[in-house]
Amino acid sequence: MTLAPNSYTEIPYEEKKRLFDEMRADPRYQDHLYGCYECGICVAACPSARFYDFSPRKIAQALARQDVELIYEQLNDDIWNCSQCFSCTRCPRGNNPGGLITVMREVAVNNGLGSARDALEGYGRVVYKIMGTGTQVSPDMLQPNAFPDWGPHVKEISDHLDVWRRALPPETLHTTTTAWQVDDRTITELYFIWHATGVMEMIEEVDEGLYEILNDVMEDVLEDAGFDDL
Amino acid sequence: MSKIPLPIVQERRERQRPATPPTEDIREKVFEIEDAGEWTVHRVPEPYTEVTTKYGRTKKIPHQGLWHHKSCGQCGHIPGYSTAIFWLMRKLGFEYDDPKDQTSCTAWNYYASATSNSAAQAAVAMRNFGAAYESEHFPLIHCGTSYGHYKDVREELVAHPHLRAKVRSILDKLGRPFVMPEEIVHYSEWVYAMRHEFAARQVLDLSEITATVHPACHYHKLVVEDAIYDPDIYGGQRTAVVTAVAQALGAEVADYSTWFDCCGFGFRHILVQRDFTRSFATQRKIEVMVDEANPDVVLTHDTGCVTTLDQSQFSGKAHGRKVGVPVMSEAQFAALAMGAHPYKVCQLHWHNTENRPLLEKMGIDWKERWREFEDELKQLESGEKEYVTWDDVDAEPVATGSDS
Repeated sequence: MTLAPNSYTEIPYEEKKRLFDEMRADPRYQDHLYGCYECGICVAACPSARFYDFSPRKIAQALARQDVELIYEQLNDDIWNCSQCFSCTRCPRGNNPGGLITVMREVAVNNGLGSARDALEGYGRVVYKIMGTGTQVSPDMLQPNAFPDWGPHVKEISDHLDVWRRALPPETLHTTTTAWQVDDRTITELYFIWHATGVMEMIEEVDEGLYEILNDVMEDVLEDAGFDDL
Repeated sequence: MSKIPLPIVQERRERQRPATPPTEDIREKVFEIEDAGEWTVHRVPEPYTEVTTKYGRTKKIPHQGLWHHKSCGQCGHIPGYSTAIFWLMRKLGFEYDDPKDQTSCTAWNYYASATSNSAAQAAVAMRNFGAAYESEHFPLIHCGTSYGHYKDVREELVAHPHLRAKVRSILDKLGRPFVMPEEIVHYSEWVYAMRHEFAARQVLDLSEITATVHPACHYHKLVVEDAIYDPDIYGGQRTAVVTAVAQALGAEVADYSTWFDCCGFGFRHILVQRDFTRSFATQRKIEVMVDEANPDVVLTHDTGCVTTLDQSQFSGKAHGRKVGVPVMSEAQFAALAMGAHPYKVCQLHWHNTENRPLLEKMGIDWKERWREFEDELKQLESGEKEYVTWDDVDAEPVATGSDS
């Protein structure tokens, strides 16, 4: 994070302003930003600030000052470093920098910005899992090649997955491809929600291939269920 | 580390507490919207325990008849967490529903990738709340992120009529009722409310066990005024859940300076950028705990925190860091204290960091318990039985619910 904006000069100011206006139009925006004392409490509490060149204070200040150039730079270079833990809500002014970043990320995805595409690279299988099955992580995602830093323990789970899942007393947990057993009607309703709220269009903006796969999965299910007025 | 004496902390709290809470009581608005005919408020069923939240308000924690809103990470990767919650409920003889008509809150993905929006997130929440209402059970939220996110969703729905209208139209098309629960209740609040019941049924002496507690960010930092605070725990200066439970069970809870720090989960980081997660979890949390408190176990109350603090220690060990402290939920800890099987119920073989010395110190014969578990596995593998059931783990029967 630089002190002064000096990049993305190829992007017209009007385009940067349009994105800023999209952020401000989010109903949550006004509830998340009240001003800044520059006290630094948010930075002191921020885990990402200890690890990255990242500052929730600078995010709040740039937005409060309506510094369109710096906001665009943050939109591309900073927002995906946030841990979304909301430790920054310790702010004595009641700011919510983490919440502002949630809004900024949505704008980045909505507009297919390169930062969003980069951040989501390698993440598609997780989006597919949650949108397609209704649970975010599944037992069969515990594969040694996906979690090499968790040690041989992951391979042990993977090797025994079926029998270890059947050794669970709750009957809803005998699954391996979803975290728990989800009814067909329940999944269909989730598909309808994704379509009815514009989430499918967001996916199309950042990952057309994933969009096609998800749409293939959902289309027939929704049609069979009578949700044909999407 | 040195501590500020509790009377000084309590006196400071009384002096600093505002005459009126600095935030409005969102629940009053929830009832106003019901009065206007816009939604139904799902009342907390009796009996319930009244607990105190951050600014001195009262929150109702229902005892039974609960709809278990399960957690993706718990069920998927640390299933002894969910199983222990069910087991505790069964040991108290409480009826519950473990539904298949439940989706994830989808908030892990939302905080990780932003591939969603307010309307979608609210619609998912209200679909699940509607399903709970139709089942005639009250929602109990297992995941800290689901709990915090649903409270955020409640605030957004209360504040923005156009969002309510949009979500209501979606629920209408789904044929679901438009329902907001009277309280949004996290499982750790239920465990807190029931802690003395657990202590009364305790079979292990935990007086030699030292625990450190990691309070989950999305429990006490999102919609802060709704989290449980207790003047007898940390002088009411931090959330009381988890700590009060460990103390009720006779364990010592030791303090450490980075208690407010997050675990390093990061939502997207734990999945695709774990260099951050590993470093933060080991250097800012586990090593600090070891240096300042030397705990036997780390207790916490959220999916991501157990996963992060536990799994990150493997690479820390490889780099010679001061790690090696087992991590579990306070629900698993309470279940062990009450005699739950460490493998059939608490499923500790899904956890990574070595926990057998802890079990020995707790008075659990882990070798014999593992042999018993292996016997179960052999029966499953031979086809002698298809599943381990509740009958196999010495739980009390419950009357109804899809998992009974």
